[in-house]
Amino acid sequence: MSTAVLEKRRAQVATVQDGKASIACAKPSLSGSVSQRACVFCGSRVVLYPIVDAVHLVHGPAGCAAYTWDIRGTVSSGPELHRLSFTTDLRERDVIFGGAEKLERGLRSLIARFNPKAAFVYATCIVGVIGDDVDSVCNKVAAETGIPVLPVRSEGFRGSKKDGYAAACDALARLIGTLEPAGPVPPFSINILGDFNLAGELWILEEYYRRMGVNILTRITGDGRVDDIRRAHHAKLNVVQCSGSMTTLAHHMKETYGVPFKQVSYFGLEDMSAALYDVAAFFGDPVLHEKAAQLVRDEVTRLLPLIESYRARLAGRKAVIYVGGAFKTISLIKALRLIGIETVVAGSQTGRPEDYDTIASLCNPGTIIVDDSNPVELSTFARERGADLFIGGVKERPIAFKMGMAFCDHNHERKLPLAGYEGMLNFAEEVYASLMTPVWRFVRNTRKRGGT
Amino acid sequence: MSDAVTVNPCKVCAPLGACVAFRGVAGCIPLIHGSQGCATYIRRYTISHFREPMDIASSSFVESSTVFGGSALFSTGLDNLIRQYKPAAIGVCTSCLSETIGDDVGLFLREYEASHKEAPLPALIRASTPSYKGTHMEGFHAAVRGILAGIVKEPDATIANQVNLLPGFVSPADLRYFKDLLADFRLDGILVPDYSETLDGPSWDEYHRLPEGGTPVERIASCANSVATVQLGRSVRDGGGDWLEETFGTPCHRLGLPVGLRESDALCDALSVLSGRPLPERHALERGRLLDSYVDGHKYLFGKRAVVYGEEDLVVGIASLLNEIGINPVLCASGGMSEAFKEQVLDVTRDAQRLFPGEMEVLAGTDYDTIFARAEELKPDIIIGNSKGYKMARKLDVPLVRVGFPIHDRIGGQRQLHVGYRGTQNLFDLICNALMQAKQDNSPIGFMYV
Repeated sequence: MSTAVLEKRRAQVATVQDGKASIACAKPSLSGSVSQRACVFCGSRVVLYPIVDAVHLVHGPAGCAAYTWDIRGTVSSGPELHRLSFTTDLRERDVIFGGAEKLERGLRSLIARFNPKAAFVYATCIVGVIGDDVDSVCNKVAAETGIPVLPVRSEGFRGSKKDGYAAACDALARLIGTLEPAGPVPPFSINILGDFNLAGELWILEEYYRRMGVNILTRITGDGRVDDIRRAHHAKLNVVQCSGSMTTLAHHMKETYGVPFKQVSYFGLEDMSAALYDVAAFFGDPVLHEKAAQLVRDEVTRLLPLIESYRARLAGRKAVIYVGGAFKTISLIKALRLIGIETVVAGSQTGRPEDYDTIASLCNPGTIIVDDSNPVELSTFARERGADLFIGGVKERPIAFKMGMAFCDHNHERKLPLAGYEGMLNFAEEVYASLMTPVWRFVRNTRKRGGT
Repeated sequence: MSDAVTVNPCKVCAPLGACVAFRGVAGCIPLIHGSQGCATYIRRYTISHFREPMDIASSSFVESSTVFGGSALFSTGLDNLIRQYKPAAIGVCTSCLSETIGDDVGLFLREYEASHKEAPLPALIRASTPSYKGTHMEGFHAAVRGILAGIVKEPDATIANQVNLLPGFVSPADLRYFKDLLADFRLDGILVPDYSETLDGPSWDEYHRLPEGGTPVERIASCANSVATVQLGRSVRDGGGDWLEETFGTPCHRLGLPVGLRESDALCDALSVLSGRPLPERHALERGRLLDSYVDGHKYLFGKRAVVYGEEDLVVGIASLLNEIGINPVLCASGGMSEAFKEQVLDVTRDAQRLFPGEMEVLAGTDYDTIFARAEELKPDIIIGNSKGYKMARKLDVPLVRVGFPIHDRIGGQRQLHVGYRGTQNLFDLICNALMQAKQDNSPIGFMYV
C-alpha cells in the first residue's frame, strides 16, 4: 500500500490482526485526496429526502438541487413531492444583495402551488457566507401559511456528511411532538428510524412487524409523512437502522419524550432476525415473541436451501466493501459470509471507532480496514487482496468495472430491495449474476490476480 | 416556475462543465476549490452518463477556511494530488463558495509555483466557475479558455495544416468523428478538449490512476502556431478561439454545432478552405446517403411536432436539423441564459416558421417544470433531449429520443453520435424510427410494413 496511501492518511488504514485493527476516523477529509464522501448538504438531503409530502427547497445556486433531483430509489405510497427539485437558483445579483427576499417569495409560491404539509429549507455553502437570515424567513412564512417551515443548516463546509445528518435530525426534532394522535396508540407501537424505503424495503419490514403484531406509528423517513413525524413521540420504541444518521434523533427522543431505542440492521438473515427478536424482547410479550420466532423459522427455512445453493457456487470469492455508513459494512460482511464470500477490504465514509472495532472483530486476519478512502487506495487494496467483487455506490462502480471486478450497488440509488429475507435472496442473486456473467472471461484475460 | 424559484433545473452548475473539459487534457486531474460535496456530486453525475472513472479532487473546505480563506488547504490539496496522481496537468476550478469569499486562485497558483521551483510541476490551469453565474456550459467554455491561457506559448512559426478545433460540449463519439474528419481533410487538428478516450475508454488490465487519452499539454502549447481555430457553438462568447485570436491573432472561424445538413456543410466548407482540399470522398458519400434518407423518410416526418431542450448549442443544432426535414419544432428550450439563443433558433428554423406560422416557442433560462407545462399544451409527437425529459415523455405518451447530456437511463450516452453527416444520419434514423414505431404501436391494426 506504500504509494497508494498518502502519509496523512496512513492512520486511517489498518490491517486486521487477531480480530483487532487500530484505526483513526471521524476526521475531515484530506484536501486533494479525492474522498468518496459528500458534504453536509448531502447528509441532510439524503435523510430528509424521503418525506414525500413536504417541499424541499434548496437555497443556493441551482447545482446542489439539480444533482439531487429524483436521485434516490426511495418510493412513496402516496404523494411524490420529494421527486421534484426546488431551488432558489441564486444568481450573481442575489449573492451581492442577499437571497432572503427571493427565498421568501419562493417559499410562498411553492406552498401556494403544492400545498405541502411542511417545507424544509436547505442552506447551501453560499448562504452561510452571504449571511441570509434563513431562520427568520422560515419563521415568517410558517406564521403566514400555518405549516412548519424548517431551516436546515446544511452549508457544505460546516463539517462532513455526518454533520448534515445532525442538521436533518435537528429539523426532525423540531417537528416531533407538535401534533397529538387522533385516537389511542396501540400498545406495541414503534417508529422505524433510518430506513429510507429504497425500492420499497420499508414495506417489506412493515409486513414482518405486522405479522408479529407490532404497529408502526411513524416511518422516519422512508415513505415519510409530516403529520406522522409530528406524532412520533407517542411510540413505545424507536427501532434505529442507519445508526450514523439517526442516532442523534434517537437520543433526542429518549431524553425529551422518554422513548427508548434499539439499534438494528435489516440486511442479512442474522441481523434481520435479531431485529425482530429485539423488538419482541423489548415488549416482553410471549405472544409477540412466539410470532417473531414463527416468522423467523418460516422465512429462514424457506431461504436456507436457496442460500445454500448460492454458497456452494460462490464459496471462496473475495469482496471489497466500501459504503457510506459503517452499520451497512458490518451487515454486509455477515451477509457475504452467509453466501461463502470473504471480505478482504472493508471500509466506510463515516464510521465511528466502535464500528471499526466491530468490523475488525468480524474479519479474518489480513483484511484491510479503511476510513474515508479514495479511488487510488480502493483500487490498490482490491488488487492486492485479489478481490472478485466490490460492494459500493455509483462512484465506486467504475473502479470495479475498469478492474474487471463484479460490482453490486448497495447505495441509495438502487432499485432492488436488499433488506429483509427476500432482500437477502435478491442480494445473493445479484452477487451471483454479477460474478458469473461470462463477460469477465474476456476482460480478465491478462489481469494478474492476488497482488502479484 | 417563477422568478423566485426554479423547479427541476434544466442545467447543472459551472464546475461540472469545467471538470469535463479538464478531462480532455492528457494526464489532467480536475480540482474543485470548494466543499467536498461539489466534487462528489459532479463525479456521481458525470459517472451516471459516461460510466467511466471520474476522479475529481476537492480542496475540502472546512469552516475555518471559509473564514480565513482556503489558501493553506489549496496548497495541501495540490501537494497530495501531485503525490498520488503524478498528473501532467491540474485543472483548478472554483465554486460559489470560494468565489464568494474572494479566494484568488490565480495568486494561489503563482505562490505555489514560486515555492516549488526545484521540481518540475504539472501544468497548472484554472477557470473561474462560480455556479451563480451561468450554467455548466459557461463552466465548460471558461475551462477551455483557461486551458489555452494556461498552456499556449507565444507563436514561433505558423504550421501549415495545423488547425485548432474547439468542439464544445459534445460526446466522446462526436470527438472521435471530428478527429477522423480532420484527418480525412489531411489537417493536423488540435482538439481542445479531447475527452474521447478519457471519458469513453477501453477495459483495462490494471487500474490507471489517470485514464489514457486527451490532448497532450505540448500539443496545446502550440495552438498559436495553427493557421486557424474553428470554434463550434453559436452561443459561445469569449471562447477559447476568441482568446487565441485576440491574444495571438490566430484567425477564428465561429460556426454552429454541426448538426443537420447545413451546419455540417458549413463546417466541411471551412475545413475545405483551410486544407485546400475538396470534401473527402467518404464524407461526400455520407452526405449523399444522408440526403437520400431525407427523401426516404420525409413522409413520416412532415408536420410532426417536436419539443427540443438542453444546452443552447445542441438545441440550435437539433432545431436546424428538424427545420430541414419538415418537423415543426414547437418548443425549443434551454436552461442556459444566452441572450442570443432565441435569435439563433429563429435563424435556423426559417422554413419551419414559414410552413407552420406562429407556432414556435423559444424559452431561454427556463426549467423543466415550465417545459413540461408548455409541452402539455403544445401536444408534441416527439421529444428530443436528455434523460431528464423521461417523465414528461411518459406522461404525454410520446417517444423520447435521447441526445446530449446526461443520458443516465440508457446505456451508451457517451457513444451517441450527433455531429457531421454521420451524426446527423444517426439522429435522423433515431427520430424517424421513433415516429414510425409510435405510428405502428398506436395503430389498432399493427401492420408489419409501415
